[in-house]
Amino acid sequence: MNRRTWIASALALGAVAISLPLRALAAVWNKAAFEAEHVDQALKGLGVAQSGLSRDILLTAPDMAENGAIVQIEVESRIPGTEAIAILVEKNPTPLIANFIFSNGADPYVVTRIKMAETSELKAIVKAGGQYYTVTKKVEVALGGCG
Amino acid sequence: MADLIKIRARFKEGVTEIKVLMSHPMETGRRKNDFDELVPAHFIQLVTATLNGKPVLEAQWGTGVSKNPYLTFRLRSAKPGDKVAITWHDNKGQSNGIETTVEAA
Repeated sequence: MNRRTWIASALALGAVAISLPLRALAAVWNKAAFEAEHVDQALKGLGVAQSGLSRDILLTAPDMAENGAIVQIEVESRIPGTEAIAILVEKNPTPLIANFIFSNGADPYVVTRIKMAETSELKAIVKAGGQYYTVTKKVEVALGGCG
Repeated sequence: MADLIKIRARFKEGVTEIKVLMSHPMETGRRKNDFDELVPAHFIQLVTATLNGKPVLEAQWGTGVSKNPYLTFRLRSAKPGDKVAITWHDNKGQSNGIETTVEAA
């Protein structure tokens, strides 16, 4: 292979490497659910028809958040066969914050930091065995954090 | 430029805890700058984690994850010496990744 053909093939490879994740991303990201402006629409986008309250979801968040731009939350599901955990903030402009999907020995457990526009119910929805389970917690927000 | 992703994976009593800090503006598209202009949305939409190349976690995110996202997750299937990799993709088509080795605590 001479230098010119090597460069051409390297460029072609690069184009494939860049375009693949983009196409995959467009297929994966749940646009309807994430762009929904109401919890009901977001849940519909996630495919949640109904969810039962569960004591086996541990949702830890502050009762009172000084700064809505950074609210640390922890969610752990003790429901056997948990496949996914979604996090929603009812009063945010777009309520769906995140959807975590677990596989191959990952614990149904996450800690992350989220934005809250105002005092609101925080909701975790767990998917397990084709069923949905939920828990909510109210978080008071002193200074809203959704710019 | 500072590292775009910081990662640490520690094994303790059968569980590996992975802590990740990503450097990203996470703009919602609703914030205005000093000139009263809307700052375009710029946020991570997908984070994937693998253990020795096998997927273990897929996180889809909206604009509600805080700036410079922080994430902790746990694996029961990992042991010291295993490789944990993280990749993120954002709505502008940018992406970044990092790999680390699980350490014994």
